[in-house]
Amino acid sequence: MATPKPKKQRLMLAGFAVVALATAGVIAAFALQDTAAYFKAPSDLADGPPGQGETFRLGGLVKAGSVARSGDGLTLTFVVTDIAADTPVSYRGLVPDLFREGQGVIATGSFTSSGGPFVARELLAKHDENYMPPEVARALEKQPGHPMNKANVMKGGGA
Amino acid sequence: MIPELGHFALWLAAAAALLQSIAPTVGLWRNQDALFGLAVPAALAQGVFTLLSFAALTWAFVVSDFSVALVATNSHTMKPDMYLFTGVWANHEGSLLLWVLVMALAGAGVALAPATLGPRFRARVLSVQGLVALGFFAFLLFSSNPFDRLSPAPTEGQGLNPLLQDLGLAVHPPLLYIGYVGLSVTFAFAVAGMLENVVGPAWAKATRPWVVGAWAMLTLGISLGSYWAYYELGWGGWWFWDPVENAALMPWLAATALIHSIAVVMKRDALRAWTLLLAVSAFSLSMLGTFIVRSGLLTSVHAFAVDPERGLFLMILMALYIGGALTIYAFAAGRVAEGRQFAAVSRESALVANNLLLTVILGVVLVGTMYPMALQAAGGAQISVGPPYFNMTIVPIVIIMAFLMGIAPLLGWRRSATAHLAARLLPAAIGATLAVVVAVAFLGVRGIGALLGFGAAVWLAAASMSILVKKGVTLNSAGMALAHLGVAVTILGATVSGALQREALVAMRVGDAIQMGPWRAELMDVRPVAGPNWTAVEARLDVRRNGESVAVLRPQSRMFVAPAQETTEAGRAGWWTGELYSVLGQPDGTGQWQVHLWFKPMVRLIWLGSLLMAFGGMLALGGRVRAPKPKREAQMSGSPIPQAA
Repeated sequence: MATPKPKKQRLMLAGFAVVALATAGVIAAFALQDTAAYFKAPSDLADGPPGQGETFRLGGLVKAGSVARSGDGLTLTFVVTDIAADTPVSYRGLVPDLFREGQGVIATGSFTSSGGPFVARELLAKHDENYMPPEVARALEKQPGHPMNKANVMKGGGA
Repeated sequence: MIPELGHFALWLAAAAALLQSIAPTVGLWRNQDALFGLAVPAALAQGVFTLLSFAALTWAFVVSDFSVALVATNSHTMKPDMYLFTGVWANHEGSLLLWVLVMALAGAGVALAPATLGPRFRARVLSVQGLVALGFFAFLLFSSNPFDRLSPAPTEGQGLNPLLQDLGLAVHPPLLYIGYVGLSVTFAFAVAGMLENVVGPAWAKATRPWVVGAWAMLTLGISLGSYWAYYELGWGGWWFWDPVENAALMPWLAATALIHSIAVVMKRDALRAWTLLLAVSAFSLSMLGTFIVRSGLLTSVHAFAVDPERGLFLMILMALYIGGALTIYAFAAGRVAEGRQFAAVSRESALVANNLLLTVILGVVLVGTMYPMALQAAGGAQISVGPPYFNMTIVPIVIIMAFLMGIAPLLGWRRSATAHLAARLLPAAIGATLAVVVAVAFLGVRGIGALLGFGAAVWLAAASMSILVKKGVTLNSAGMALAHLGVAVTILGATVSGALQREALVAMRVGDAIQMGPWRAELMDVRPVAGPNWTAVEARLDVRRNGESVAVLRPQSRMFVAPAQETTEAGRAGWWTGELYSVLGQPDGTGQWQVHLWFKPMVRLIWLGSLLMAFGGMLALGGRVRAPKPKREAQMSGSPIPQAA
């Protein structure tokens, strides 16, 4: 094969680079459509109920007094609340260290049966006592009358 | 007193950085040797003063001076001594000080190293470095002063996050920072190269050690972080596609591309404009990573819950540097002359393909990482992008790359014959086919992704080793082969540990046992144990394989005193063939304990592979220093490839 002319080769290389970037963009856009998980608070669920089997992230506080363990010793049920609304959740597995009643939590999963609880596949392990996941903090701020004000949330001591 | 001295030293270091950025610029412009000659002493002074400042902060941590606000909020007298020391950089301000320290020391290194491209070029590099450092000094002094006092001083500190009380903290952040900062030197070389118009083989030769060194440190830092997350977080995984991990991965991808493209500049004087763009991008991505991690946008162990003002400051700094560099690039790129030509089948075009594929991976990671943040900043929905996105997009590209990586080192520069390829790649092809057959027939692996992973790993390993066993191998080509072998080993570890993993989740009483494949684990007892600043419940699992006792696992659930926080300590036992990994959960109140048990075959290969990559990179560098005979270098693969003229 003949070596391309100088100008042509440089143009070809630039063309390849553009094609590569465009490919990356297209791959990313398609994959995002398939896999991105939305964050929803319990009160969002009433407005736009997600379809059965649709994976999303449910966030809020673990309602005090709601945590119960089922007979197999592995499945946990609890209620996620954002004060305005409640959503029952079921989770099979080990809970993160900082999971407790009254604390913020983000559960990733879906509704697997109509009328059934939100089945969480993963609970977000917070890394720090003082740290509130920003999504949860924002969801709570939206609720009028909630005593949590922004200054308190942002001031967390930090890991 | 000592914290004030540290604060003062920080100001002096910032002043030195100011001098270092301005004097050479003016001196080069007015052609005054004395003025641009100031760059070297200024860089040395910056190094010394930053070191003093860092020493002062370290002293405050080691003696637990709680009148310093940073020590009071992040330390505790009951912490083991080593974490008093490493705790210096386990917080926002301290880690930034470590960043500028590494940067100042790198600047001093540039000042002391022989100026192979002449004193003018060195002065230019130092002035760019000074300018970058200056921004970080301003950030530290105006919005993140580590030496702020607290009055009245508390008698005890608030303690350090227990997850950070680990040996990993001692090594992981410094390694990453050395990598990031090494890329800042590369950035300075690129900007100086454009301004002085000296981009070519000599420039590439002078820049390459910084790129390779930074890349090797990033490789080690990332893999150490992965290993740390694996054993410390107790989730049983080794890579989570967390934005913070991606923040470190993106500069690594750019640096990987840069290593390959700078080799083309050095050997063949082609791909110059592209290499410059990569050098600018690599450091820009380091800054983007720092911004993502430090802006408090994320939920992560790395997010120090900082105030939004700092995020804004970092964003402005980032915009200035990246914008400035790209503006210079826009003007300089046209001036950078056309490189030398090469044929479609040649080492150069293989390296172009490598760069394009790495760029695609980089783009996909960048979109997946930034899109949720951008969407949210624009007032849109809150979404998260997790492992499904990344696995779906990146695994296929990595497999294509592995395939090409087997062939590329066998190609000659400029224009390559292809007749020798079939014979040399035959063993690799046979090996890869065998691996896939064995995986399907004997290991019961299903799933196209996993099977391709087996094949790709063996293919690349065999092809890379065939370079090593050839006669006349140079340090340089051996280093390259080892680094490629490392990629193969990591792919193999990731594939096997994912495809053949066994997992059991049970609630058990003392005396109960679970069977998991050939493994049988019996819960012997659960008892309290105590450490220096924690107490724990420790389970003892006696594991037998086919009836023979092979290991005792001791997973713990720890309760730290200050701050009061629980952590999970995995109980592990391992061999090169794999690892048993166990986590102890909560008691259910009726005497049952939750236990999560895994067997992860070949999981250690993941990190072993990255060690090989870093070692290979350093070895290739050694080859450059010790064997500067141009004749030998021209034949990097050591094979007598016929090169048509």
